[in-house]
Amino acid sequence: MAKEYVDMNTPVIEMRNIVKKFGDFVANDGINLTVHKGEIHAILGENGAGKSTLMNQLYGLLKPTSGDILVNGKKIEMNNPRDAIDAGIGMVHQHFMLIQPFTVTENIVLGTEPQKGIKLDMATARKNVVEISERYGLSIDPDAKIEDISVGMQQRVEILKALYRGADILILDEPTSSLTPQEIVELIAIMHNLVKDGKSIIIITHKLKEIKESADFCTIIRLGKYIGTVDVDDVDENDLASMMVGRKVSFKVDKQEQTPGEVVLDVKDLHCKDYRDVEIVKGLNLQVRRGEIVGIAGIDGNGQTELVEVITGLRKGVSGQVLVNGVDVFNKPPRFGFEHGVSSIPADRQKHGLVLDFSIEDNLILQNYEEDPFSKKSVLQRDPIFQHATESIENYDIRPPKSEKRPAGTLSGGNQQKVIIAREVQNDKDLLIAVNPTRGLDVGAIEYVHKYIVDQRNKGKAVLLVSFELDEIMSLSDIIDVIFDGQIVSSIPGKEADENTLGLMMAGGGKSQ
Amino acid sequence: MTKKKGFLDFVSESTFIHILLSIILGFLVGAAFLAVMGLSVGAAYGRLLNSVTSLKGFSYVVVYSVPYIVAGLSVAFSFKTGVFNIGAEGQFVVGSMAAAVVGILCGSLPKPLLIPLCFLAAMAAGALWGIIVGFLKTKWGINEVLSMIMFNWIAFYLSNFIAGIPAIKSEGSAEATKNISSNASMLFSKDFIKSVGLCPTANWGILVAILVMLLVWFIIEKTTLGYELKAVGYNKFAAEYGGINVNRSILTALAISGALGGLAGALQLMGMGSRISIFSSQEGFGFAGIVVALIGVSNPFGVFIAGLFYGALMYGGSKLNLVGAPTQLINVIVGTVVFFIAISVIFRRLKFLKKAPKAPPKPPVSADKKEVQGT
Repeated sequence: MAKEYVDMNTPVIEMRNIVKKFGDFVANDGINLTVHKGEIHAILGENGAGKSTLMNQLYGLLKPTSGDILVNGKKIEMNNPRDAIDAGIGMVHQHFMLIQPFTVTENIVLGTEPQKGIKLDMATARKNVVEISERYGLSIDPDAKIEDISVGMQQRVEILKALYRGADILILDEPTSSLTPQEIVELIAIMHNLVKDGKSIIIITHKLKEIKESADFCTIIRLGKYIGTVDVDDVDENDLASMMVGRKVSFKVDKQEQTPGEVVLDVKDLHCKDYRDVEIVKGLNLQVRRGEIVGIAGIDGNGQTELVEVITGLRKGVSGQVLVNGVDVFNKPPRFGFEHGVSSIPADRQKHGLVLDFSIEDNLILQNYEEDPFSKKSVLQRDPIFQHATESIENYDIRPPKSEKRPAGTLSGGNQQKVIIAREVQNDKDLLIAVNPTRGLDVGAIEYVHKYIVDQRNKGKAVLLVSFELDEIMSLSDIIDVIFDGQIVSSIPGKEADENTLGLMMAGGGKSQ
Repeated sequence: MTKKKGFLDFVSESTFIHILLSIILGFLVGAAFLAVMGLSVGAAYGRLLNSVTSLKGFSYVVVYSVPYIVAGLSVAFSFKTGVFNIGAEGQFVVGSMAAAVVGILCGSLPKPLLIPLCFLAAMAAGALWGIIVGFLKTKWGINEVLSMIMFNWIAFYLSNFIAGIPAIKSEGSAEATKNISSNASMLFSKDFIKSVGLCPTANWGILVAILVMLLVWFIIEKTTLGYELKAVGYNKFAAEYGGINVNRSILTALAISGALGGLAGALQLMGMGSRISIFSSQEGFGFAGIVVALIGVSNPFGVFIAGLFYGALMYGGSKLNLVGAPTQLINVIVGTVVFFIAISVIFRRLKFLKKAPKAPPKPPVSADKKEVQGT
């Protein structure tokens, strides 16, 4: 570990007493951050604590109301990301800044394209991209279009983009939230390699386990205030969690034994193709009964995304049946499935889950706007809609309060997710599908989300959980179905599962049913 | 944003300041042109102001404005619902021709029947023009902007063709249709015009424009239909996920937008024109609608005011040659205004504007607003 610095060493980054106000709202209230060369420094805080705001100031996206930013000992005024990039700072945002119809290569070289005369030299660009992806062990398809690749792959492209620009100081905003457990291990190895090369990494996260595994130091922010900086070796996960939320946090999911009822979701011999027109779900069978949570464990790209898209009606399948309470919703529009008992928390909350320009109250009625009391004779009834939002904001702890009329796009990721959960849970359907429901959320929010999912199960709903977080699958599921190569290859009771055997099965090493 | 937008909100929006600034800059640039040509700025702008402020002048402005307002509402409606109705021009043309055909062939019908019938015909024709384009888009993914530009020309030649049909064509030597029946005319009575001192073409059209403005506002802000259309416009993926039929919404949006474009054509015909000439070039009412929608930031109330402004420029501009200034000066001003509105983001960077009182506090997560939304 690269910790033997003396204070004489000039820190590569120093942020002094940073205050950032938005009107009356103080997002950062006197925050200090010191990062030295070759250090992995974690920034820990709940959703909306001000971590992203702090980093956006370091990256030139926002200007501090007061306070100084020093890079390599020199005071620097960041007016825009260009200044930050020139100072050797690269940032990978939690929500990707990629151009969807462009290829991986085009996105990575964007703004620094190699040229031949005035022509874009795509061959060299592609060569450079392949080279850099191999150097850092982040394999990608340089010719794939962003809109066609998975969230996990898009994340890799973002990381490569920063590396391509030769950043010495990398800011990673929730970098692991979309990666599979295997990819997380790889990423941590990559991070360690990078700091050995003399780079410095700031990682914004609320995953305590990853902080313990990767970071040297950790700075904690709570409600915009600086709580402190600790040496990660001196603390354990419980210490970090209570510093972050200011109270004791329970990691255990409380779940009573219960006997499941009749089958709600019955998927039979399902076949479907992915965006490349290649068969990806290959004769999949799956059942979810009342009062049970079935977790789908698998590595991204084995068909789980497409499976959910077919069940929810967003993708046309090739053949098979998707019975919900006995009604076949296969290849029917999303509305049909919804009316026959399907609700879902989508994987991409900003693309599918929310209309970001709509207010929270309008997002909360996305499926019910035509129903009484939200509309009468096709006229929206603003009072019931507002009241519904007020109740949801209170019951689901959506922050900030009194945000009924605020566009959903202005909420933090965790609170956006709470809006979706509030909507889907209140739809009160027999089947709830949740895809990576805690992606990018902090422990406090995860606790809430898990509680609501278990509540649904306890109320006798059938829950299908798809998640790349093995911990989440293991702690929530009554039954774990492992998906590999478009099929469920094994099905084991949740309480008998352990990470190693699951990991093996997910990699195709499990025995077939 | 779905927050209710009344007139006061429109005024209080900071975009209002940007638009005002753009308009001022437009006039400054116009003044520079005048100065370069050695003409008196004061005389030209004085003439402009004088010609629109008298009662008669203002009544001209109102009459001129009606088709611009309604065409502007047509385009604004499309902006709100995520499509770009550059085809308002064609819808305007087929709308006015449909109204003309009904107004000529069914001229014996009584006024209270004939006027609504003309409106209906115009709206149906405009809606059809929108729906065809929507169908091409939803069925085969053909970009609506491309097909609309082509449909503008189809409308143009179709109109000229119909104007040449013997039953429609003027019996005299004029290269135009017959005049529509007086029962289809929306003009105020001659006595009324004379006694108040309005312009000779003063008509009921402005009341229709106000009704349409209120209707568009009501649909967009108050109804489930508006909710659906906006959801699809903002994020069609989430709309689809929420169970909204995206293709049907796009068709509906284009049909309504097209119907408004057609209605604008009917209002122009029944209020001012009385007949349709055989065109030698596109008249540009629909394109002016785009300008009006931009100046009015797609807010129905804003569009109404922008339409009046545009009408004032058009009428006042036609009087400029009385003081020796070219009428094209108006195009310079309008072009400059639109240019500055389009780049109004630059204004937001200007320091002195930053001191303007800020509305509610922005949330702490500004980075979240910028990311790609899968569009």
